[in-house]
Amino acid sequence: MEILKLNQISPDQLILLQWGFAKITATMVYTWFIMALLLFFSWLATRRISTGLHITRWQNLLEVIVSTIRDQIREISQDNPDNYLAFIGTLFLFIALSNILAIIPGYVAPTSSLTTTAALAICVFITVPLYGITKRGLLGYLKEYFQPTFIFFPFHVMGEFTRTLALTIRLFGNIMSHEKVIGVLLAITPLFFPIVMSALGLLIGMVQAYIFSILAMVYIASATQTHEKKHGDNPLKQK
Amino acid sequence: MDSLTVIAVVSIISAGGTMALGALGPAISEGWLAKQAVSAIAQQPDAQNTIMRTLFVSLAMIESIAIYCFVIAMILIFANPFWDHFIAIAKGG
Repeated sequence: MEILKLNQISPDQLILLQWGFAKITATMVYTWFIMALLLFFSWLATRRISTGLHITRWQNLLEVIVSTIRDQIREISQDNPDNYLAFIGTLFLFIALSNILAIIPGYVAPTSSLTTTAALAICVFITVPLYGITKRGLLGYLKEYFQPTFIFFPFHVMGEFTRTLALTIRLFGNIMSHEKVIGVLLAITPLFFPIVMSALGLLIGMVQAYIFSILAMVYIASATQTHEKKHGDNPLKQK
Repeated sequence: MDSLTVIAVVSIISAGGTMALGALGPAISEGWLAKQAVSAIAQQPDAQNTIMRTLFVSLAMIESIAIYCFVIAMILIFANPFWDHFIAIAKGG
């Protein structure tokens, strides 16, 4: 927050290096930083992984995180979570880490840039039909667009785009607005309130990471679940 | 008034109006949602996990409306395209 001026609403506007048309912006640098951090910690955690009774602290932490994500996915999709664990878990870990590190001075969360959140939302936008097609086949997936009648086709297509836009703007707006609010408060009440707001920012960052991955999972689940399966779950309807 | 002044006045007033009106609806509906969720948890404490998850997701959905308004207000104040356009014209002319 210190390296950005108040009227720069995105870290994209902070260009560190430039050759011709190729620019290195602060967003890219911090994204690489988070990727390196995640890679390093996962290497550290899985270095001496074991199935015995005595496990390392890192493995314990990793097991807690992975099993929590698996439980959440299983609750929503009512399905084997291993199919979705890699995608949803990556989304969650990346967004959560990039939001939480915002308490470090000099760091700007890459999620406070519209380009990063748009990239993440486009990943969801592409992945949802992929999972739907692999699970139900091309025709079965496309048939969902014409439910209940063919009149609803444009609304389904519009819904795909608007929910991608909503994912983008929600994450960007929350994180960016929080940085700006802290910046404004620093000018008005310099000592106490910015600290309280930073603590609130940690909560908001975690909640936004949770919501982004949960919404991605809900979209995937709605694309993969078949109507036959829904009726099959209800034993009364089979009789 | 020249065009720059008009743009500045309209931008500032509409940024304030956007935030005021845009925060009104989400505030009311979030309060209503939280009230319903709390009473639902009080009636069925066993279903707390499901209710909390649905509550968070719905809160985020409603909150995003206020966030859209905030983004519009920020663009109007800090990254106004019309303002930049007329500043460029004034500098060139």
